[in-house]
Amino acid sequence: MSEEFFIQGNEACAKGALKAGCRFFAGYPITPSTEVAETLARELPKVGGSFVQMEDEIASAGAIIGGSWGGTKSMTATSGPGLSLMQENIGYAFISETPIVVVDVQRGSPSTGQPTMAAQGDMMQARWGSHGDYEPIALSPSSVQEFFDFTIKAFNLAEQFRTPVFVMADEVIGHMREKITVEDDIEIVARKRPEDKDNFLPFKNVENGTNPMPSFGDGFNIHVTGLTHDERGYPDTNDPKAHHELVQRLCDKILNNRDKICSVQSGECEDAETIIVSYGAPVRSAIEAVQKARADGKKVGYVKIDTPWPFPEEQIQELCANASNVLVVEMNLGQMFYEVDRVLRNDTDVHVLGVIGGLLPTPDEILSKIDEIGGN
Amino acid sequence: MRTEIRIGGFGGQGVILAGIILGKAASIFDNNEAVQTQSYGPEARGGASKCEVVVSDSEIDYPKVQSPDILVAMSNEALIKYIVDLKDEGTLIVDPGTTDVEDVREFIDQHNIKVYEAPATKTANDEIGLKIVANIVMVGAITKITGIISENAAIESIKDSVPAGTEEKNIKAFEAGYNLV
Repeated sequence: MSEEFFIQGNEACAKGALKAGCRFFAGYPITPSTEVAETLARELPKVGGSFVQMEDEIASAGAIIGGSWGGTKSMTATSGPGLSLMQENIGYAFISETPIVVVDVQRGSPSTGQPTMAAQGDMMQARWGSHGDYEPIALSPSSVQEFFDFTIKAFNLAEQFRTPVFVMADEVIGHMREKITVEDDIEIVARKRPEDKDNFLPFKNVENGTNPMPSFGDGFNIHVTGLTHDERGYPDTNDPKAHHELVQRLCDKILNNRDKICSVQSGECEDAETIIVSYGAPVRSAIEAVQKARADGKKVGYVKIDTPWPFPEEQIQELCANASNVLVVEMNLGQMFYEVDRVLRNDTDVHVLGVIGGLLPTPDEILSKIDEIGGN
Repeated sequence: MRTEIRIGGFGGQGVILAGIILGKAASIFDNNEAVQTQSYGPEARGGASKCEVVVSDSEIDYPKVQSPDILVAMSNEALIKYIVDLKDEGTLIVDPGTTDVEDVREFIDQHNIKVYEAPATKTANDEIGLKIVANIVMVGAITKITGIISENAAIESIKDSVPAGTEEKNIKAFEAGYNLV
């Protein structure tokens, strides 16, 4: 059995969170993400969950870290200005290996920018926004269905790797309405919990990098801190080796599992001379541009990045191996462009169509750019 | 085939809900594809309000309206502002109680626009006794004139979209609109 709904992206995100088992939301409403909070404020109490409207964004991030250590799948939703304010606690979640989901429905920026207009200006903030070395996971939905699916996937990845996961949406996807299908049998990853109370080490340097996670109140004697810590969680801040081992493990548990995390979709790439690389809402324009180009006999294909972070470099290299031009289309002046260029520049000319101002780039704008760079 | 619809009016007339009903009818109850978008921000409160729906029998990629096949104007401001985007030989549906098509006569003649008058506000007032259902009357007129959604899908979509307890009045409003033209 499956159910169909004609709803907004933000409502689909909230629905996905509930389906994934999220039972705690703390946030500070901000356009264009507010409907996520509104929907969860209404629905969470009905399923035994809790919703807290916090005093600000850093407190929101703190609250969901606490919620997660309390044993409850926890989420917040915000937009760029809020994500900026959450960064300190997001770093804390990375070093304390706390599974949380942070939804960012991106709007025009910097600063408070354009509250009601679409953008993708926070992509590097998701990557590098907090200080230090860490490897984030981020998903970018291109449809209302994907906003639902990727929110569930975000919770699953957060639990699987004991780490924060970003859902990097944009105003277009957040606010538009489309049909979604909710299947009955959706895979939900439950948190791995430890058993042996006497010998459990919550931050052990295990081979796959991810330890089970107890909850406060379970009776495990553990310590959680933002300081560099030993395997028990106790601060160990002066030993270079301890710090290196910890941070390297945090990075490796993501990087060594890129084959399980990274996802791209593509079309018409086999014989394409020009390939459009995109993510989020602009993918919709890219696919239509490819159809129009093909109808004109031009060899154009597309790659859609589902997971900007970790960056799916092998997949992109493989799909673009035979293209002579690659055009990155994004709603900023060039952010993921630098990643695509980094992995392709030895073999391919990489260009960017960076559109800011708040409107989704049109298929015709993409086609003009392809003409301009001499692709056909 | 892809059909683009734009509905414009004043804030408070329910043009957004009208668009949601069309999109839901097309995608959930007629099993086509549909995307609904709307303008946000200060513009959406009080002043002009705009709602757009793309309906297609195949997957919709680019989700926004570029040049509408159908323009529904529930205010004169919307009529004047949006008429210029309407496709040649496109369909214009206006509420004569709130618009004056003579203001855009030149465009209508030059571009062979098919014009339909649906007095939604007057019908809502006179037949239902509720001005606020003018948007649903208009959904009835749009359904009949354009055939973009089926009558049955429209009714199911209305039942699924309006507040509980108001279904009967809204269906009456839809039928009044359906029978206007």
